[in-house]
Amino acid sequence: MSAKTLYDKLWDSHTVRENDDGTSLLYIDRQLIHEVTSPQAFEGLRIANRQPWKLSANLATPDHNVPTTDRDKGISDPISKLQVDTLDNNCERFGITEFKMDDIRQGIVHVVSPEQGATLPGMTLVCGDSHTSTHGAFGTLAFGIGTSEVEHVLATQCLIQKKSKNMLVEVNGLLNPDVTAKDVILAIIGKIGTAGGTGYAIEFAGDAIRSFSMEGRMTLSNMAIEAGARAGMIAVDKTTIDYVKGRPYSPTGEQWEKAVEYWKTFYTDGDAKFDKVITLSAGEIKPQVTWGTSPEMTMAIDETIPDPLQESDPVKQEGMVAALKYMGLTAGKPISEVSVDVVFIGSCTNSRIEDIRAAAEVAKGKKVSDSIKQAMVVPGSGLIKQQAENEGLDRILLDAGFEWREPGCSMCLAMNADRLEPQERCASTSNRNFEGRQGQGGRTHLVSPAMAAAAAIAGHFVDVQSLNKTV
Amino acid sequence: MEKFTIMTAIAVPLDRANVDTDAIIPKQFLKSIKRSGFGPNLFDEWRYQDHGEPGMDNSKRPVNSDFILNKPRYSGAKILLARDNFGCGSSREHAPWALEDYGIRVIIAPSFADIFYNNCFKNGLLPIILSEKEVNGLFSTVEDNDGFQLTVDLEHKKITGSGSEINIDISFELDEFRRHCLLEGLDEIALTLEHAQDISVYEEKQKEITPWLY
Repeated sequence: MSAKTLYDKLWDSHTVRENDDGTSLLYIDRQLIHEVTSPQAFEGLRIANRQPWKLSANLATPDHNVPTTDRDKGISDPISKLQVDTLDNNCERFGITEFKMDDIRQGIVHVVSPEQGATLPGMTLVCGDSHTSTHGAFGTLAFGIGTSEVEHVLATQCLIQKKSKNMLVEVNGLLNPDVTAKDVILAIIGKIGTAGGTGYAIEFAGDAIRSFSMEGRMTLSNMAIEAGARAGMIAVDKTTIDYVKGRPYSPTGEQWEKAVEYWKTFYTDGDAKFDKVITLSAGEIKPQVTWGTSPEMTMAIDETIPDPLQESDPVKQEGMVAALKYMGLTAGKPISEVSVDVVFIGSCTNSRIEDIRAAAEVAKGKKVSDSIKQAMVVPGSGLIKQQAENEGLDRILLDAGFEWREPGCSMCLAMNADRLEPQERCASTSNRNFEGRQGQGGRTHLVSPAMAAAAAIAGHFVDVQSLNKTV
Repeated sequence: MEKFTIMTAIAVPLDRANVDTDAIIPKQFLKSIKRSGFGPNLFDEWRYQDHGEPGMDNSKRPVNSDFILNKPRYSGAKILLARDNFGCGSSREHAPWALEDYGIRVIIAPSFADIFYNNCFKNGLLPIILSEKEVNGLFSTVEDNDGFQLTVDLEHKKITGSGSEINIDISFELDEFRRHCLLEGLDEIALTLEHAQDISVYEEKQKEITPWLY
């Protein structure tokens, strides 16, 4: 048998049949469902009088529209409320397990599923959300799909797919202090571009990647889609298996032993071939801040804002000029001199317990700058919120002047009440700095949780290390 | 799904790379639980001068006359010319729904983001990948010739158009399965359910290998 990549193994073990035209019918082990991309899929089932193929494969929770304050008052926006009510009704009618808004297990789908052990190594997992790539951190083939495909998976437990090409992104060496998984993935996107991974399934490897906890790995895989790749996987190792053990949906007893043996086979064979290989040196990566309106427009904290005139490609140059105009920035200015209005720590990229710990560590004993209009921390799930409170992290953050919110997607995409005003500048731990993403006219700079907390304290972007020296 | 066979229409050139699905249909319109009605809010933040919210009477909103879709010469366009990485970002199928509802049936670009590209075919939209040089050529032709129309023929995988001293004749590639589904307007779920037996056989086999998933 020829050598296989991790992606090849996941693909082959889920192929139900190969069609003559080069597509395959791929079996899907798990589907995650949220309120925004599912109503039309359920409606489709009803119209065609179809039933879900395998109920237990599905898990639902509302996240995009949920309020992050005054939960007991419900959702004030009637259109948002209707969408969440529709999810509740659909799950009830079809018999799908849902963690509703008042359930402590509710949260962002991509945080909730791993936390529950519903994301397991060696499986295929989909969701009507592009950041489904997150689950690739578990040696899982996970990718985002559209609503028609959500319906397709509900009805058939399968998808008709064409296999992507294999790309290896290797990060070797020792990371500098305060360089997190967020900085590494931004540096990768900066190197390969937002379309660099289009048509590929990425595998992240190398000792720097191995050194990350599952939280860090999820941050990394989460943003594979920002490099254009639908899937971003990491091979199964001890870190993966230790994380999965003992979670509600994880196997137990004899099945656990059998599962571990099976999961350990999900790695790339030594002599397997990749269609493309990208290598980064960990030591060269510094804390990152994005300066533009695409995640590839990223820079190190000690650099100056790039000059479009230095760019030779005319389409890119035009894009840079438009981005600087939208962001209200001028070329040549050090990013550390750019002041911030709002700080958002949360999203499926960075709202897990380690992210909150990192923010609290920076904030401990300090105060949010008077020039900051709002600094908020939004945990990824009710259980993370509870854990953080048990660790006293909420107190540290509240004492420093941060707001401590209820779990949800919140200001990452501003579908609920949490949003930027025009021209407000935000240091955000989310994943997209697109125009208007956090509110029309809002200006988003993507950073790690530690860098976001540091910006809140200083009132401007700052290297975490120098903040500790000066404040 | 509506069939796509052949169509002749005006093409509107959107000269911008990395157009994301947040721009195609902003988040506030994703709260709808329907599949239709997104057309008036296609490119909302670029198309109008004010901030759009669901339920507004869009015919009364101030339009941004500089935005390409608002130029009278491109009114009624059914083909969108675009640049690299069109449809990147969020997986929202509301993006193809909005394009389709507005009247766009074909998008021509040097590259598309994967999820968006895939979503188009589920909604009777035809995304066509051409070389950068070919796309540049189409941009120039369309911009320089008021009222110029292109014909997109899926059966023969050809884009044609003619005017004084212009003769466009471009072939394009497309997966056979996607072409077939679009030409026939097929329901993919029904196609997959023809293999229900295969799916059950696979599940029986997997119950032995990964019993914890069953």
